[in-house]
Amino acid sequence: MKPVKTAAKKKGQKKPAPAIKRAGKKIQAPQPSMVNKALVTDDLKKQIAEWQSNSVGPLLAKYPERKEKFLLTSGAEINRLYTPEDVGEVDYPKELGFPGQYPYTRGVQPTMYRGKFWTMRQYAGFGDAAESNKRYKYLLAQGQTGLSIAFDLPTQIGYDSDHPMSTGEVGKVGVAIDSLADMEILFDGIPLDKVSTSMTINAPASVLLAMYIAVAEKQGVSSSQIHGTIQNDILKEYIARGTYIFPPKPSMRLITDIFEYCAKEVPKWNTISISGYHIREAGASATQEVAFTLADGIAYVQAALDTGLNVDDFASRLSFFFNANNNLFEEVAKFRAARRMWARIMKERFNAQKPSSLMLRFHSQTAGSTMTAQQPDNNIVRVTIQTLAAVMGGAQSLHTNSKDEALALPTEDSVRVALRTQQIVAYESGVADTIDPLAGSYYIEAKTNEIEKTAMEYINKIDKMGGMVRAVEKGYIQSEIQESAYRYQLDVESKERVVVGVNKFTIQEEPMKNLLKVSQAVAEAQIKKINEIKAKRDNIAVQSSLEKIRQAAQGKDNLMPIILTAVKQYATLGEICQVLREEFGEYRESVVL
Amino acid sequence: MSNKKTRILIAKPGLDGHDRGAKFIARALRDAGFEVIYTGLRQTPEAIASAAIQEDVQWVGLSCLSGAHNSLFPKVVEILKQKQAEDIKVFGGGVIPSDDIPGLKEAGIKEIFTPGATSKSVIDYINSN
Repeated sequence: MKPVKTAAKKKGQKKPAPAIKRAGKKIQAPQPSMVNKALVTDDLKKQIAEWQSNSVGPLLAKYPERKEKFLLTSGAEINRLYTPEDVGEVDYPKELGFPGQYPYTRGVQPTMYRGKFWTMRQYAGFGDAAESNKRYKYLLAQGQTGLSIAFDLPTQIGYDSDHPMSTGEVGKVGVAIDSLADMEILFDGIPLDKVSTSMTINAPASVLLAMYIAVAEKQGVSSSQIHGTIQNDILKEYIARGTYIFPPKPSMRLITDIFEYCAKEVPKWNTISISGYHIREAGASATQEVAFTLADGIAYVQAALDTGLNVDDFASRLSFFFNANNNLFEEVAKFRAARRMWARIMKERFNAQKPSSLMLRFHSQTAGSTMTAQQPDNNIVRVTIQTLAAVMGGAQSLHTNSKDEALALPTEDSVRVALRTQQIVAYESGVADTIDPLAGSYYIEAKTNEIEKTAMEYINKIDKMGGMVRAVEKGYIQSEIQESAYRYQLDVESKERVVVGVNKFTIQEEPMKNLLKVSQAVAEAQIKKINEIKAKRDNIAVQSSLEKIRQAAQGKDNLMPIILTAVKQYATLGEICQVLREEFGEYRESVVL
Repeated sequence: MSNKKTRILIAKPGLDGHDRGAKFIARALRDAGFEVIYTGLRQTPEAIASAAIQEDVQWVGLSCLSGAHNSLFPKVVEILKQKQAEDIKVFGGGVIPSDDIPGLKEAGIKEIFTPGATSKSVIDYINSN
């Protein structure tokens, strides 16, 4: 047999590294199994102990450290130094593997950002559909690569703009959508076969997805061509975000109806975005964010399996949404741990076979709750750090917050700076040029392992309680989050935790000018529009469709097709949700203090 | 000083779901020795005013981060007045632009606490008013 010519044998090239000789013992270089045994030796342990007692000890006696304990958001202690000892014996293929391969610790795609950057997707929407359409076109012109729709609270809670509960809220935190007529204006001139659209909509997700499908059809784009995401994650609404309508059981049914419908009709659509973002914003630690989000994910997968769906038919369309917070390394470890955990859960617990069923793909948003009203320019710096966390953590898409968001919705100028922040990280910083650049850091690997372990303990505990729905109904998750939030805020108030510009380095400053304001006229115009539509449409057809929705709600038929028919007839969001409210009832939160 | 503990209702008017601040303040006030009742999310101004009267509170603290404060906060004060309960004092907090504060105070909201305000500042304010 002809000898294989290896690179190392080529003339002028270095010989392979010799076996390392250390402390008189011959240690073999890592073998193809790539088990990293050689790194942690008794000798190293001894050296670490010596460093602690000979170098660190005497210095500490003279100069104590800044704090007695350094802590992560989870309360876990941060060591002074991380060494191979903290990582232990790493079975490389089992724990880390390669990008695009199980367990996906290092990323879900083989080339990651060397192929293409993450999708830059700014969450936007306010006032009416025409105003928001203008903002989307502006963002696309500025180089944004995907859309992300913010709906106002009445839309998110299934009320039309003319409902008494909508008073004061129309068009405020997002765009007001009452009927298909608004959606047509919202996407006017935006080609839905080209742009991917994420919609932050949960309880009434079926209705807004139906409207999107209908608008696409009017553009000549079939439902099999559109791509995007609906948030559709009701559990975190009960836990942290608050825009629930119906109780858990019918809500889970609406969700699994969407899974089933989209598997056949809208194959490129991400049917859910299982969200830790709001759990974190409510005050959870990084570890709790991972634990509760994946526990929510488990509940959705189980619910779908219980209705008879096959795991590989829907699992690849599940997507995730995480917070990108300030503690850079903890965040990167969090994203890596989440990917590895989800892959293992899907494979070992749910026996998923398709690789795409095992991949945790996620959107990320910088942490709104870290934006300060004081010295708002400082927020640009915070967002930069958080952007680095998301990118080095392997996010598939990212929203960067604007500096004025602690005060109001962002102006066009501040949104542009937020988008530019992503673009600078992408094009200038170099962090996107190699995959998972922090891997192999003792600190990052140790924290990745620790977050996985602690989050898994939470998940086991939730399983023992009877699953996530039970744990939420009992108020367990909410009180865990509140504990963390309370502790955090007390640390800020005691100045144990420094927030620059808020409890340290403060200045006297003028209130920020030129904040974005949504006019009260939006509500009046929406109400007028609803009345016009109701006068113009075929009301007999609408009533008949609403009656069919009622019957489907009472029975087991998939609700999506009939909701699609109703929205095409210009039944309003509020009318459809009212029927479902009557049939399903409404959720009342269990107030935990 | 009366022996009776000061009673405070913390309420979330409107559709806003951001309750981190409201819950923190409720707990901080409770830890400071006040008797605190928290309404939970999605309360109408009518329901808040009724609860305030029923619970016999001296203060109502409103929290809103959705931008609906200009409509909802004054309404609570107005209904309390209609129900002859104008002795119940109302304060508010949340994402509230400084431009809106004079109007809210004119409408009878005693004080507005904006992002970054500490629980101590709220406690001190209640104790001295």
